[in-house]
Amino acid sequence: MSLPTDTPATVAPVPDTQLPPAPTWRRELRRAWASMVASRWALMGLIILLIAIFVAIFGPALAPFDPNRQNILLRLVEPGGAGPGGSVYWMGSDALGRDVFSRLLHGARVSLLVGFAAIAVGGTIGIIAGLLSGYFGGWVDDIIMRLGDIQLAFPFILLAIMFLVVLGPGLLNIILVLGIGQWITYARIVRAETLSLREKEYVEAARAMGDSTLSIMFRTILPNIMAPLTVIASFNVASVILSEAALSFLGLGVPPNVPTWGSMLSESREHLLSNRWWLAIFPGMAIVLVVLAFNIIGDWLRDHLDPRLREHG
Amino acid sequence: MWTFLLRRLLQSVIVLIGVTLISFVALQIGGDPTYLFVSENASTEEIERARALLGFDRPLHIQYLSYVWDVMRLDFGTSLTFRQPAMDVVLAALPASIELTLFSLILAIVISIPLGIVSALYRGKPVDGGIMTFAMIGQSIPNFWMGIMMIMFFGLYLSWFPISGHVPFLRPLFQGDFARAFGNLPQTLHYLIMPAIAVGSYTLARNARLVRSSMLEVLQQDYVRTARSKGISETRVIVHHALRNAWLPVVTMIGLEFGFVLGGVVVVETVFSYPGVGRLVFNAINQRDIPVVQAAVIVIALIFILLNLIVDLIYARLDPRVKL
Repeated sequence: MSLPTDTPATVAPVPDTQLPPAPTWRRELRRAWASMVASRWALMGLIILLIAIFVAIFGPALAPFDPNRQNILLRLVEPGGAGPGGSVYWMGSDALGRDVFSRLLHGARVSLLVGFAAIAVGGTIGIIAGLLSGYFGGWVDDIIMRLGDIQLAFPFILLAIMFLVVLGPGLLNIILVLGIGQWITYARIVRAETLSLREKEYVEAARAMGDSTLSIMFRTILPNIMAPLTVIASFNVASVILSEAALSFLGLGVPPNVPTWGSMLSESREHLLSNRWWLAIFPGMAIVLVVLAFNIIGDWLRDHLDPRLREHG
Repeated sequence: MWTFLLRRLLQSVIVLIGVTLISFVALQIGGDPTYLFVSENASTEEIERARALLGFDRPLHIQYLSYVWDVMRLDFGTSLTFRQPAMDVVLAALPASIELTLFSLILAIVISIPLGIVSALYRGKPVDGGIMTFAMIGQSIPNFWMGIMMIMFFGLYLSWFPISGHVPFLRPLFQGDFARAFGNLPQTLHYLIMPAIAVGSYTLARNARLVRSSMLEVLQQDYVRTARSKGISETRVIVHHALRNAWLPVVTMIGLEFGFVLGGVVVVETVFSYPGVGRLVFNAINQRDIPVVQAAVIVIALIFILLNLIVDLIYARLDPRVKL
């Protein structure tokens, strides 16, 4: 946008009311905490999540056994049964005599790492694509959005299966595949928000002050659309963790020597008929609790950060 | 009407081209795809021969065009494990998967709508809290774990339902053997119930939440208040005025959810050893039977595109504001 030549070099100050309110972090945090405590569900979600993160970080140190150490003499021990050297298998042992509890603790790391990393990959691609799409419009917008349409016209799990069959299992591969699968969700939201924000006075002001396009996109527009993005990201981590578990269950996740909740469930199938319930119950419960925590926090974040997205009630 | 149909068809063709491109790229991305088709201890000559036979020695764009041509003729080559055309293998497993997908969607819709309505009508009451808690948990349970739990409890402990297998309904129906098809139906449903609940649980939970919020929004509208003030019975207000309008977001959601349901079918079929496309894909992955994986992916994508088209048409029919 070019300015008329007789425009004074300094732009008239924009009234305060047109600027996004300056965040006062301490007050915001206090308000968030109060609202979280008021909604007991959200507090419960946060507690579960903090425990899961703690386990993901320190799990390997807390695990009583090496998760891959096999013990043929102590196969399929029931929960609470005696382990080697007077120890206890709190959650039993599997068909190879490995400690289920230790594997469960190690599995938390993969689930959460894949969940967060895939969202970082998908979110980054989606935010950049959405900003470009919404800010420039025209053919850039057309191409990006049509690419997204194509991807959405394809059951995601199949796309993931197809790539992982060819690429082979691996942590990086699964993060990339699951991350790329999510980009369009972010791109659509960022695009819609950018479309409305780019006409706002404070964006006009930044433009008039000669800010570069990049600076306007990332420093002026992006901070103002973080609220809906955070909400979506929370729900997204939940669905990525579910997808990772499903892919691990199919044998397409991380390599077999890395314990994951999905692969533990996959192995449990062979022992369903002999009623080895602990092999299926514990990893399944772990997935449900973590996914539930993210869904509850997503719900709370939506109500707290973005009342426009709120489901009534 | 025709312009809308034509435009949607054209969009579907573009999407389909995109799908072929993605599945072509997927095959190429791991390096020379010849290695996917030969055994691990194949000699250099055998690999060379396979490469020439499969056409992987040609330039990429020629390979892509030839791939698209194969897709158009539904020719994906011979299955490496079944030794018959990959497409035939997939089509033979398809009716069972269609039964599972449709039944789980019907189940999810039939249960979620009353749950959502009751929840909206009793907003803030314990019933609402109970249903929404149930929905929240339903959304967080992996479908395959739900399957395993049901096998353990309803299949093995209570012996109410068979834990694996399938009795065909659609296959005899397609073959014109109506007596057998309908004779099979009770058994078909008996075998389907557990896999269908596992596949549909997420959709059920999500739809119940959606119907609730959609109903709450509609119930606050002026026309509902007007209808009530005219003295129309509450049931009539809900069914004729509110529900008709609350339907729209639900229909859109169901359209979007087909992909999720189809994905769920792949995993859940494996749990129940259900002889559909999902288990076929799973086995094909383990046996590196790439032609079958590709044929299955394209068939599922085609069905998905077709179903989305149908959902769009239903949507246009339900909402008079959407011009056909």
